[in-house]
Amino acid sequence: MKHTISAIVENKPGVLARIAGLFSARGYNIASLAVSETLDPSISYLTMVVSADDEKILEQIKKQLHKLIDIIKITDFTKKEHAERELILAKVHCPPKEKAKLEKVLAKYTARLIKHKEGLAIISAVGEQAEVKEILDDLSQFSIKELVRTGKLAISLD
Amino acid sequence: MESLKREGVEVMFGYPGGQVLPLFDKIYDSDIRFILTRHEQAAAHAADGYARATGKPGVCIATSGPGATNLTTGIATAYMDSIPMIAITGQVKTSVIGNDAFQEADVTGITRPITKYNYLVKNVKDVARIVREAFHIASTGRPGPVLIDFPIDIQQQETEFIWPEEIDIRGYKPTYFGHPGQIKKAAKLITNAKRPIIYAGGGVITSGAYREVKELAERMNIPVTWTLMGIGGFPSAHSLSLGMLGMHGTAFANHAIMQADLIIAIGARFDDRVTGRLDVFAANAKIIHIDIDPSSISKNVGVEIPVVGDARNTLGQLLEELGKAIDTSDWLATIESWKKKYPMRYEEGGKLKPQYVIEQIYEATKGEAVIATEVGQNQMWAAQWYKYSHPRTFISSGGLGTMGYGFPAAMGAKVGCPERIVFDIAGDGSIQMNIQELATCVCNKINVKVAILNNGYLGMVRQWQELFYKKRYSHTCLSSPDFVKLAESYGALGIKVTKKDEVRPALDKAIETDNVVFIDFEVEPEENVYPMVPAGEAINNMIEGLA
Repeated sequence: MKHTISAIVENKPGVLARIAGLFSARGYNIASLAVSETLDPSISYLTMVVSADDEKILEQIKKQLHKLIDIIKITDFTKKEHAERELILAKVHCPPKEKAKLEKVLAKYTARLIKHKEGLAIISAVGEQAEVKEILDDLSQFSIKELVRTGKLAISLD
Repeated sequence: MESLKREGVEVMFGYPGGQVLPLFDKIYDSDIRFILTRHEQAAAHAADGYARATGKPGVCIATSGPGATNLTTGIATAYMDSIPMIAITGQVKTSVIGNDAFQEADVTGITRPITKYNYLVKNVKDVARIVREAFHIASTGRPGPVLIDFPIDIQQQETEFIWPEEIDIRGYKPTYFGHPGQIKKAAKLITNAKRPIIYAGGGVITSGAYREVKELAERMNIPVTWTLMGIGGFPSAHSLSLGMLGMHGTAFANHAIMQADLIIAIGARFDDRVTGRLDVFAANAKIIHIDIDPSSISKNVGVEIPVVGDARNTLGQLLEELGKAIDTSDWLATIESWKKKYPMRYEEGGKLKPQYVIEQIYEATKGEAVIATEVGQNQMWAAQWYKYSHPRTFISSGGLGTMGYGFPAAMGAKVGCPERIVFDIAGDGSIQMNIQELATCVCNKINVKVAILNNGYLGMVRQWQELFYKKRYSHTCLSSPDFVKLAESYGALGIKVTKKDEVRPALDKAIETDNVVFIDFEVEPEENVYPMVPAGEAINNMIEGLA
């Protein structure tokens, strides 16, 4: 079972290493991790997707994270009203004659064509996990050459 | 140096080297006592032993690279047992960090998983704040070691000394008082219990909750068992005392916790050496778990009432909430019958018995000594056969199980408590892991007494080989030097004991002698530690070892 957790942390060297070290030392699994500075440059915001088979493991993950001195706050989105998005960048095969077809597919989603040159196109798309999956399924008709994704970002309403 | 003095540091243990030269130049003029050990690992253990005996953070110093890596075993030992310690390491100059310079190691990287927190100093203006924070983090909440890695160029810089009176670490706010709602629920469970038991751990020692534990036990008529780390938190000779539980605990303590209907866990963490097979551990008991570290609660064993808070404060709150005694007379009578049926004992006869030696150390010191131990059989016998009545008098590597810990830790304890008799109870294996500290002890007149239970084996491993590996003693038989001559060559006193009637005179002489003393007790080679719960078994499934 996957859970989305966010962490508000001190923006200083070694913090990410502490979190990564905690996960490897205690055998927890991390599915995705997105990190960046916040409005306050002394603070970074992390969104993590973690795998935990039961509530007990999830509780331990949260407690162990909280124990790290550089972590200021942990939020578990499991039962919280929140929004989540992921950004993907994909490089797809797209001969000039198929450009219109690609644009038509992209128009169905929060997606756009960024660059197109010599039969290759770079597209971006944003959405919730289900939507991203749908886009990727739809794009498979163009043969995806390379795919990068940010991992999930989440923010709560309260 | 000024920062260390402000933190009340009286003594530091350490070893110089190239990347701490500027710091040592300041130490040269300082009135803080400095003890030069003969190995950095021993400096860390000595700082740890000092902290355990006094309750104050211990300080150790080493140079970069190998100096720092030699500290790591001592840091990990302190981390596992939640001991407040400050480790200061030299580092190569900031401009070459990451360039594989001579004696460079990524010490903050290496020690990240074995410290509560660590720092790499990058600006001399941060030094005072970092030292202040380091002591705060090390000694509050669930204590632990904090390392400060100090590049040489920063050590050489001067700055105006500004001592931060207040510190605020926004990600570090330990909870000191239990939630009143949880305390009420806990009090209710205790009031309704028929077969309650107190299970006390190292948190009782750390928080100084011994009076509260005693009051809880006596007022409510609840028997008390403890972990290795909890030894000294409750008087062994008390009528409600059950002794230590777990793998080498008393049979009556293990039976009692397995049959209990309520476990009051105080500053303990349900370690595998305590619980044995988890799925059958105390199956019918409800659990109240008091701990300052929320991540210790429900980690191994699910609990009914978690209470996050300092053990002493929380027990104080609980005692206010609780009313009169509960009737546990049937339960105490059952326990009394177990005590009669499964007493702690060992077989007399044959060669000198190690258990007898420990009993005699207890007699000779009237139970008032500080006892440090190494790891293995010596440690378990020291835990089982000396009757501790005060906190901070049993000093042992519980979590990490570090051989070579006892002698330097005893040294640190003696520095912290010079008026006490300090014994290191050792085996012939583990004493050789830090034996070079004889020089430190003799030079500094740190008159530690070392009782070597010499059986010619790495005894605990040999015991497992005997019981579970068909007596195939793979590399557990070892030869040792003549400990008497060895002690003498360092300027210490050495005594050899082979017979029962020589034990007490040798101990009396050791105590009277104003010097470091090694006593080499030639004991029964294949004596085992009993009772014993085989690894992975239920803890009431014990091997008694006696007919």
